[in-house]
Amino acid sequence: MILNEIPPPLDVDPARRIFGLETEFGLHLDTGAGRPVTPEEVAGHLFHSVVQWGRSSNVFLPNASRLYIDVGAHPEYATAECDTLTDLIALDKAGERIVHDLIAGGEERLRAAGVDGTIHLYKNNTDSAGNSYGCHENYLVRRRADFKAFASALLPFLVTRQIVTGAGTITRTPSGAHYSFSPRADHMWEGMSSATTRSRPMINTRDEPHANAELYRRMHVIVGDSTMAEPTALLKVGSTDLILRLMEARVPLPELTLAREMQAIRDVAHDLTGRATVELADGRRLTAVQVQQTYLDAVRAHVGGLIERTDEVDQILDLWQRGIDAVRTQDFSLVATELDWAIKHRLVMRYRDRLGCALDDARLARLELAFHDVSPQRGLFYRLQNQGLVRRIVSEEAIEAAKTRAPQTTRARLRGEFVEKALASGRDFTVDWVHLKIAGSSGTTVLLKDPFRSEDARVDALIDLLETV
Amino acid sequence: MAQINAQGQPYEDDEAPEPLPAPAAAATTDAIDDLLDEIDGSLQVNAEQFVRSFVQKGGE
Repeated sequence: MILNEIPPPLDVDPARRIFGLETEFGLHLDTGAGRPVTPEEVAGHLFHSVVQWGRSSNVFLPNASRLYIDVGAHPEYATAECDTLTDLIALDKAGERIVHDLIAGGEERLRAAGVDGTIHLYKNNTDSAGNSYGCHENYLVRRRADFKAFASALLPFLVTRQIVTGAGTITRTPSGAHYSFSPRADHMWEGMSSATTRSRPMINTRDEPHANAELYRRMHVIVGDSTMAEPTALLKVGSTDLILRLMEARVPLPELTLAREMQAIRDVAHDLTGRATVELADGRRLTAVQVQQTYLDAVRAHVGGLIERTDEVDQILDLWQRGIDAVRTQDFSLVATELDWAIKHRLVMRYRDRLGCALDDARLARLELAFHDVSPQRGLFYRLQNQGLVRRIVSEEAIEAAKTRAPQTTRARLRGEFVEKALASGRDFTVDWVHLKIAGSSGTTVLLKDPFRSEDARVDALIDLLETV
Repeated sequence: MAQINAQGQPYEDDEAPEPLPAPAAAATTDAIDDLLDEIDGSLQVNAEQFVRSFVQKGGE
């Protein structure tokens, strides 16, 4: 039967990579006096419409992405497999709109349950009690025997990249408040581990490639901040991809192993001047600016050779350099329309000056939450963007289309088409990252082990079956 | 790649990319002030209570 004829793995250009972004959203019910409502109850009402059509609060969407309620009642959206950064950014932004579209129904159900309030969803990383939740980046890499050594070579880059791709945050301490590069930095407890909720590593090493395990592994980076600006996402994922390309080609990277990663990530986060140094395993002390510049120079040396020069690569390198320069020269205006920490810094400092208050004032914390609010109307980030104060990477049309349309050049296309057709057919089905199945019929599970493959006769046959049985 | 925003100039192969033109500093400051004027009222109402009421368990 055709469903069992698994096609051979595609021969893939080494420059092509599968990317994915997972975002846990902060869920906040703003209500006046009234009975207390748990986040679990709010999440249940928010996802009521999803359960109605998907029979579960854990579903794959017609755009091939996954939407569910995660640990801690956080709505979570995981993009489908993308093989371009522009597809990834559009799909990630589409996810914000998809969760935002659930709010009106959730508020209505809460009202019916006697609770009058407003639901806010934040694309941020901490609540006001200091609990943390994440934005996870996924990079498909070619499997190799020395994965742990390979992954640990990425750590000095990940510890220091927050000076360019951090979300920026007001950090409150008993002795006052200051502005830091990254809200996630203080929540990291080790470099690598297979656990995530017990101990927060920067790289999760759980071996779960969602692909042919003989060929691939997933580099699961969980140290990054959730970010709002499209150029920040381009730089965050794009620079990491470029470093990985060098590492996968076995280009020796500069030796920058850190002596104490957990200390270093905190020291870098809390020093907006960029002058704090981190200690290397070989005893040297370098600033985060120096470490990032060393990586950028290493990448630059291979552009035009190992790394094909494209407009997109040029955009990434240009923004990376200006981000480093902004910290080095303390001229934040160099990136104040592109990088999250600088966009937010300008806004926070301007509001503080107007109010004449200290940085730990509650009104500034309120401003920060408004900044991360995913509402296209209410969210402060989007109000800035709509005024032309933030540079765009993808078009409105691309984001709107990505709400319902899967990326067309990866396995996502197959999943998206199957989900769409299965929903239209009214048949029961189950889907995960590597399986498509019509429920209740034997022999109709398709295993999709190649995330690069966007066409598959078995899926066409499965979709035909939906319509015939 | 058609979605790439066209604000960046197409670069010659061996030239360093030009920084993107930033909006004039004064105009930007005015625009941010206008925006802060608009939201100031709503941000000040019960700011402390609003912020404190946002508590969830950790995730991952």
